Amino acid sequence: MIADPRNQETQEIKLTDRKKYTKKELVADHPTWCPGCGDFSVLSIYFKMMEKLQVPHEKITSIAGIGCSSRFPYFVNAHGAHFLHGRGVPFATGVSLIRPDLHVFMFGGDGDAFSIGGNHLNHAARKNIKMTYVIMDNFVYGLTKKQTSPTSPLGFKSKTDPWGAVDQPINPMKQLIASGATFIARTHSHLPNHVMEMMEKAMNHDGFSVIECLSECTEFYPGAFDAANPRKGGVFQLVPADHDATDEVAAYKLAMAPFPGYFGVFYHIQRATKNALEAGLIANAKAKSGNAPPVELLQKTFAQFS
Amino acid sequence: MIDGKVADSASSQGANPSQKPRRIQDTVIRLAGNSQDGIQAIGGFLARLAGRTDKDVMTYMTIPATISGGPSIYQVRLGTGEVLSAGDDVDVLVAFYQHSYNDHVNTLRDGGILIYDSDNVQPDPNQKRYRAAGVPITGLTVEAIGGTAKDKGKNMFVLGLLARMFDLDVPKLETMLQGYYKGKGEDVIRNVLGAFNAGYGYSIGQVTDTFEFVAPAGKKTARQIVTDGNQAVAYGALTAGVRFGAGYPITPWSSIMEILRAELPKYGGIFVQAEDELAAIAMACGASYAGYVALTGTSGPGLSLKTEALGWAVMAEMPVVIVDVQRGGPSTGLPTNVEQSDLNIACYGGHGDSPRIVLAPASVEDCFYTAMEAVKLAREYSCPVILLTDQALATRFETWDMPDFAALVQDILPKFEPHGPNYKPYENSTDGIAHHAPPGTPMVDGKYPIVTGLEHDEAGHPASRPANHVMMVAKRRRKLQVLASRLPKPTVFGPPEGKVLLIGWGSTQGPIREAVEKARAAGESVSALTLRYLQPLQTGIKEILDGFSHVFVVEINDEGLYGYGQLAGVLRATFCDAKIRGINKTDGLPFKVREILSGVEQKLKEGR
Repeated sequence: MIADPRNQETQEIKLTDRKKYTKKELVADHPTWCPGCGDFSVLSIYFKMMEKLQVPHEKITSIAGIGCSSRFPYFVNAHGAHFLHGRGVPFATGVSLIRPDLHVFMFGGDGDAFSIGGNHLNHAARKNIKMTYVIMDNFVYGLTKKQTSPTSPLGFKSKTDPWGAVDQPINPMKQLIASGATFIARTHSHLPNHVMEMMEKAMNHDGFSVIECLSECTEFYPGAFDAANPRKGGVFQLVPADHDATDEVAAYKLAMAPFPGYFGVFYHIQRATKNALEAGLIANAKAKSGNAPPVELLQKTFAQFS
Repeated sequence: MIDGKVADSASSQGANPSQKPRRIQDTVIRLAGNSQDGIQAIGGFLARLAGRTDKDVMTYMTIPATISGGPSIYQVRLGTGEVLSAGDDVDVLVAFYQHSYNDHVNTLRDGGILIYDSDNVQPDPNQKRYRAAGVPITGLTVEAIGGTAKDKGKNMFVLGLLARMFDLDVPKLETMLQGYYKGKGEDVIRNVLGAFNAGYGYSIGQVTDTFEFVAPAGKKTARQIVTDGNQAVAYGALTAGVRFGAGYPITPWSSIMEILRAELPKYGGIFVQAEDELAAIAMACGASYAGYVALTGTSGPGLSLKTEALGWAVMAEMPVVIVDVQRGGPSTGLPTNVEQSDLNIACYGGHGDSPRIVLAPASVEDCFYTAMEAVKLAREYSCPVILLTDQALATRFETWDMPDFAALVQDILPKFEPHGPNYKPYENSTDGIAHHAPPGTPMVDGKYPIVTGLEHDEAGHPASRPANHVMMVAKRRRKLQVLASRLPKPTVFGPPEGKVLLIGWGSTQGPIREAVEKARAAGESVSALTLRYLQPLQTGIKEILDGFSHVFVVEINDEGLYGYGQLAGVLRATFCDAKIRGINKTDGLPFKVREILSGVEQKLKEGR
């Protein structure tokens, strides 16, 4: 049995007492994604990473908003939640803050992250909530069948812009750097080794780690990311080896590169997480009251009301 | 009232200088000034002091929605019996300014006492309806504490005057003042006490009486506390074991989140100030999913924003408590006034068929216990619970008995015991109740559940099959029907049968009961029923309705397009009983007892 994680007395089921699980045991429902969808790659790498790290099975927690990519939790045989469009990040915030024993993964698309949930992304980032957010960016609304997304390039023909998109798209990396996220990376679903490398780094980061993964929608925006896919004659341009990932301005300059841009870790700093700051507030408050139990705290407070 | 309830009939009418105090059981004091004068502070001190000296108390205040300044009142009713309302008529009016006098002198009862700042107010010299006592409040305060404090300190001077008039426990009051102003430095405390003592020492015996409170026979003297309704909600949630909350500032909910933000760390918990109302309820849903019963809260406009996630909590069957401190609406409306116009959105607001539990506390004390019950029901029924309070309850002070914390405090921390095999998070059980397994729960058969807002089968897999939706919609409804069957039967205040039944909910309980008592004292057949459970309704209401010829639902909301308010509409739709009618008002103020009685009289005259 596992005790209350808030008491910090969690008796982990010892890894040595467990049978190692394999990728096979993490597979749940067959994904409903279209053949060739870039999201398959992220899913299989998630399995691979968990298999490698052997995160206790019951502690794997995948959360999603709404969209094709947000079907993710159903395909993972682990705890998970399918929440509302755009609100996956604050939902994951609630889980992360109250459960220091979990590393929460949040999956979503460009609509969730940069349109309906844009505000939440900024605040979870600035508060440095400990979680990993993988944004599977396909530059189009897929689940609702080809409407313009906040990352659709100018001129992209969709059902809502039959003459081609006219609104300036969001530059995800610029947005993320400005948001105050403490780990920001960019990858491409067609390069699984790179996706794995970014996801592992993101998971090891103590803070709000976010990855933009270009993930092709073969149905509604085929070939969108060929320019960065070597197998399709593109160039996969890594972040230069001498890039200083703690330099916000340098990261911003990388983000300014024209499409398809750079791939790798743009920005990575350490800043206290809200999780740690709140734990500090709790520790201070408890020290001040001499770790008084709730009954005593309430009696003391109410004595002042009498 | 001062004359009406004089216990010592030997005292003479009119001026009573230097005689022994007149004995009273109850008095209503209205302080009228501007919001920056600190009249809320006087009212608050009077209320707390009354509680500490075994008097019942009820307060009522209106504060302007402006950022600073503007006319403001605070009304305190002190009594030694059971105080049910803040009082229709004022026994003592303290007017700081001419506009305070002009606007409020009509609330003073015949024979009441006007105390006015003779430096600022010129009352009508010819009136004989009340007794007027001019006191140069501004001048004397400046004299007492020096001119540098400007207008500050007048409130403390007046507190001193009232302390003398009503023979209040001065040492206790001084201790309270010192405690309250402790953080503000020695100078401030010296000025506060200086102004207070100047007021206390100023003789008003030339123009008015002094009073002494006497308790009615058989009055219990349990240890009493004084809080406002928002404090009661916050501490009720803590007592019930809430350890996570999230919210966004909105009047009049904000003080609950301020208390929880400051208090929760002591209990090992967290309160998050979210970026918006949507995020606040999303965080609460997340924490509930993680195994904790989480709380969020707001006022009307914010509840509109939260309803999408409320639908998710219904669908995913998550225990979330949502506090709605109602104010005047719609839109920004009347942010600092009372209204009971969120009943419909609380019970029905949302997309799809989304049954949820709605509770309405009827007094400040009830705010505490209903908050506890909200947590308990959310947990037992895996369902969102809306706690519907209002601005009047939130901001008024009442006395209530010290809760027995040793017996009440709940430990509801999650356990994460292994589940299964064949565990179903949405099992279609007989009573419809099922509980999800929070992350961290090992599944013995290795099959892990997902919680979701998509329609799902018992295992939590998305399922849009027609028969499945039929089954799951019925399951989510059935558990609340089961709850209804388990709720205590409603009890009638007064005889269970008769001519008129007044039905109310929330903060109107006090004035409704006082109206019943008055009407019955005058020989009328009137009873009352307060509904704490707005959804599901308790069983047994129909039988009560059948025992009365007339049923009036007393609500602070509009009579609506068809002539009855929101609860009346629910009851009519539920019981198909055309004798259910409404007594409604929309002036943003609590019901007066007189308004209820005249409403009954008028409706009876109208006939059906």
